[in-house]
Amino acid sequence: MTWRIEVSNKDGFTDVHGGEIAVDIKQLGITGVDSVRSIRVFEIESEFDESALKRVAEELIVDPVSERYAIGRSAAPADMPNATLIEVHLKPGVTDPVADSALMALRDMGLEAKAMRTARKYVIAGSLNEQQQQLIAQKVLANDCIEEVVFGSEAEPPNPYLKPYQLQIVTIPIRQLDGSALEQLSKDRDLFLTIAEMETIQRYYRDLDRDPTDIELEMLAQTWSEHCVHKTFRGTIEVTETGGDEDKTFVMDNLLKSTIAAATRELAKPWCISVFEDNAGVIEFDDEYGVCFKVETHNHPSAIEPYGGAATGIGGCIRDPMGTGLGAKPIANTDVFCFARPDKAIDELPAGVLHPRRVMKGVVGGVRDYGNRMGIPTVNGAVLFDDRYMGNPLVFCGNVGIMPKDKCFGQAQEGDYIMVVGGRTGRDGIHGATFSSGEMTHEHEDLFSHAVQIGNAITEKKVLDTLMEAREEGLYTAITDCGAGGLSSAVGEMGEELGAVVDLEKVPLKYQGLSYTEIWISEAQERMVIAVPEKHLARAQEVFAAENVEATVIGRYGNNAQLTLRYDGQQVGQLEMDFLHNGLPKYTRKAVWQKPQLTEPDITEKTDYTADLQAILSDFNVASKEWVIRQYDHEVQGGSVVKPLVGIVNDGPSDAAVVRPRLDSERGVAIGAGICPQYSDIDPYWMALAAIDEAVRNLVCVGSGMERMALLDNFCWGNCAKPDRLAGLVRACQGCYDAAMAFGTPFISGKDSLNNEFQTETGETINIPGTLLISAMGLVDDVNRCVTMDLKRPGNMLLLIGETKNELGASQYYKLHSELGANVPKVDLPVAAKTARSVAQAIAEGLVVSCHDCSEGGLAVALAEMTFAGGLGAQADLAAVACAKDVTRTDTILFSESASRYILEVDPVNFGKLAQLFKAVRWGQIGQVTDDEKFVIKDVSGQTVVQADIAELKESWQAPLRW
Amino acid sequence: MAQIKVLVLRTAGTNCDGETCHAFNLAGAVSETMHVNQLIANPALLDDYQILALPGGFSYGDDIAAGKILANQLIHHFRDAVSRFIAADKLVLGICNGFQVLVKAGILPGGANGSSTNGIDTTITYNDSGKFEDRWVYLQPGTSKCVFLNADQRIYLPIAHGEGKVRFADEGVFDRVKANNQIALRYVDADGQFGDYPVNPNGSTDHIAGLCDATGRVLGLMPHPERFVHRTHHPRWTRETIEAPDGMTIFTNAVKYFA
Repeated sequence: MTWRIEVSNKDGFTDVHGGEIAVDIKQLGITGVDSVRSIRVFEIESEFDESALKRVAEELIVDPVSERYAIGRSAAPADMPNATLIEVHLKPGVTDPVADSALMALRDMGLEAKAMRTARKYVIAGSLNEQQQQLIAQKVLANDCIEEVVFGSEAEPPNPYLKPYQLQIVTIPIRQLDGSALEQLSKDRDLFLTIAEMETIQRYYRDLDRDPTDIELEMLAQTWSEHCVHKTFRGTIEVTETGGDEDKTFVMDNLLKSTIAAATRELAKPWCISVFEDNAGVIEFDDEYGVCFKVETHNHPSAIEPYGGAATGIGGCIRDPMGTGLGAKPIANTDVFCFARPDKAIDELPAGVLHPRRVMKGVVGGVRDYGNRMGIPTVNGAVLFDDRYMGNPLVFCGNVGIMPKDKCFGQAQEGDYIMVVGGRTGRDGIHGATFSSGEMTHEHEDLFSHAVQIGNAITEKKVLDTLMEAREEGLYTAITDCGAGGLSSAVGEMGEELGAVVDLEKVPLKYQGLSYTEIWISEAQERMVIAVPEKHLARAQEVFAAENVEATVIGRYGNNAQLTLRYDGQQVGQLEMDFLHNGLPKYTRKAVWQKPQLTEPDITEKTDYTADLQAILSDFNVASKEWVIRQYDHEVQGGSVVKPLVGIVNDGPSDAAVVRPRLDSERGVAIGAGICPQYSDIDPYWMALAAIDEAVRNLVCVGSGMERMALLDNFCWGNCAKPDRLAGLVRACQGCYDAAMAFGTPFISGKDSLNNEFQTETGETINIPGTLLISAMGLVDDVNRCVTMDLKRPGNMLLLIGETKNELGASQYYKLHSELGANVPKVDLPVAAKTARSVAQAIAEGLVVSCHDCSEGGLAVALAEMTFAGGLGAQADLAAVACAKDVTRTDTILFSESASRYILEVDPVNFGKLAQLFKAVRWGQIGQVTDDEKFVIKDVSGQTVVQADIAELKESWQAPLRW
Repeated sequence: MAQIKVLVLRTAGTNCDGETCHAFNLAGAVSETMHVNQLIANPALLDDYQILALPGGFSYGDDIAAGKILANQLIHHFRDAVSRFIAADKLVLGICNGFQVLVKAGILPGGANGSSTNGIDTTITYNDSGKFEDRWVYLQPGTSKCVFLNADQRIYLPIAHGEGKVRFADEGVFDRVKANNQIALRYVDADGQFGDYPVNPNGSTDHIAGLCDATGRVLGLMPHPERFVHRTHHPRWTRETIEAPDGMTIFTNAVKYFA
């Protein structure tokens, strides 16, 4: 029978979850709710009797101190007779990790149960009409993708069982279809293939004299998806540029190879071990180890289901280093998010869009829970806000790993077994690769709920623990992760040269009912694929079994470069690896760059800019992200050196993170990022330079050397079938090449996510600003030389290194005045590289006490941050700032976002040495650190233009996101 | 001095095992990790060690409640071995999730004579803030009987948890724990004063951050001593002089106990 236990808090114990729900309901604009009580529900299918059930409740499920329980289904409590009861159950087939753990614990107690499911029940006191109840259920309590809602105490919860699958091989007749029928087929099956691609497939099957099976077509769609093959970056682009000094037209053949990868190739750094080939780029860490880094996006799933989308985003990204070479050990996570402003009124949202605050809370929660559970410190990140991210938030997740240098490459061998390790396969995440390659619409919330994967960090942690052991014993020859495209992509890539035979019925399933195609393309999480030589098979199985990790042989590599897919011995698909990987038609796309005609605004000068400074500090983009950062464990693994929060009370904004991956070594890895999509509105070329300069500055500021600094590019762009969007992308790529060459910082990995647009119900398209995240990794020879950005000693001098120019275009200051302007910061690359090297050298020589770069909000914001982080005042004199000739105004000096500028706190005794060191760049001694906790800036004529207590400034900076 | 052997027990979701081993090794011990399945298969393996450490992490995903499933395994598979271990004048250290396991297995605070109580009379539950937080805290020892601590040394360590609030079933349990001098560590500010959030980061009863058993040889604490064993672990090492990393006190005292 099915037993039911309901668990709730005893009086006097705070119902944390219920309290959060009450807050969320209020934020939804519903005011009639007095309180929310949350109840945990366990449904146990077992033949044991009530006394055994009581044992289970009292010894296992219920905390005897803080909780009470009831057997059976209870109505509203006596003291809340009019309360609304809402239960949230998992949909059939959705993984229930708590139930799985509880079943294991039952066995530990010597009891047996056939099945268990968990659910959440809410008792909501207050007066609510039916529409409000529905709204609360949909927007706050349940996630429609994976959960079902039951109202009241009578209705039955969903049946968790699914029907078994009966093999039925599906053939899709395409040979006779005309163009429009081909397009319709692509649309009907969510293949997201273009007409040219569909025709290529049609020709291939006409030559074969047969029609494809569904699995073949699905595999082609997945392998050829923008997400997997990056058609835009590898195609040919005809570029036209107009509106500048002269119109020009040129052709770019393979954007990636001719820009980003070209810089890496031309720089030819001997310390690059593996670049652009594997799941992550690998560079040399020391004589014995390499470090790798990968950043991915998980935008569309996070738009639909922020918590699950972000959790599987970081989970998937962690699997990239795990699947690089023969597997790296993850040592740090990074996260960068772009949302709409979180204070949007609920009625300002387009249909089909979640509120940005809910998106943000969900995304942060997902990254937190997955990263923390994996035991990987989340050490660096950023959160940006722009309303154009409304229907299309961006979620970048990064992971750094370390691996022995002799484990950096793998290659499957003929005859190796194909072994899938880790999670079971379910219907989750079907069509993720193709889904992420299309444009979002207001209907996506419903149509693509199956494209959201469900994560379980502990499964992945177990896989990691056992894989590290199997790697050390040399039990496999190659490894990759099951990411987008699932087994189809993983086996397809690993067997590209050899071919493979796969028996799909052998893949372990979460529940019955999956067709062979669903098994093949499912993007169920926490699965890795390894190639195991016959002689190691038994030992490999032993290693995984010892820690309860499922590892199953599903086929073998080697089949004359053919892929044969079988189910119960019957062939369901057969593809040539060559056609799969090389059959995709080449593209020619048009890009048209129309230089925007912009002008500088006319803003009235003031005598006091304190209020402007405070307003910029309070902008969501600049404001403290402490609420986010503290929720991440940033110190697990014991290698933390420079934390994300620094200063006298540990709450100042660090420029970058430094970790020590080998606890017995003083060598460190610095991890930072640069991102400034606002500049794309003026010119993506200068945006790219600014992002790279910012990433380099951030690393330099904490003490990274410039000798081994590597970059990653992650482009999130609009629909690049549109010539204007594509032109911006081309310009950004050109910027990446120029900047990487100038700094001597090769790109080692990257990823693009195109089609980040949202179509509203009324047909309006919202295009995100062209967003390029530059992630950067640098090596620190001796972590004891690292510095942080907080001011440290009164009497120390403040130096501003770098020239301040008239560059307020797309700045925070102009945004404050609702202007865009024209003068976007233009990085002078030779100067930028020289400046970065000089600052790095000054830090390496121990001449710098604190260092912070000027970015959003310019000099005024950077210096203010240094004061309140350090709990010390500062006096600065704008007359000493090294300015370009066209800088004539106080607001320009204060808030210009000119790149390549660093503020240094130095001991006056070192002034002479530093003056010598910086003789080739422009700089000024702009002030000193004071002990009065006052922040004072004087203009060129000696008038005070900013004056505030540092506590006031800090409050402006901390208040907006103090949730 | 003979080699002191430390067993760092791990299972699915354990994630501070590496740095816990490292910290014990720095203190002069020889540490090894072991998966709980091995110990379940042969609980006598424990007899080879002098110190048992249950490190931080999210054992079994903290499903049902933090530390609960591993505590259930301890109770049903190797409780006798652990009881024997404690009775043999050996040491047990539970950090964060390990502390939660020891409490949920009834080993902490435990009975008056150091044995487990029959019922579970203490719990560690959700932070008042409702969220996981990583922050540094000052800790004041509350007893002189705990062999891991220097009774007069205030220490500074990071916490990283969402469920760290210690609660007792009733006043009687609390009185017994106080009477037995089992409150090992309390959250204080830099000057040793008690305070509300964030000084007491989770709302714990009587500011409790750690408990020891009646023998003083079993210590459980929410903060992570293994995360402050190098000067650059301190969040302000770039602005303050760090004499010796506070976390090492706990590991060094443990190893010295056998000297």
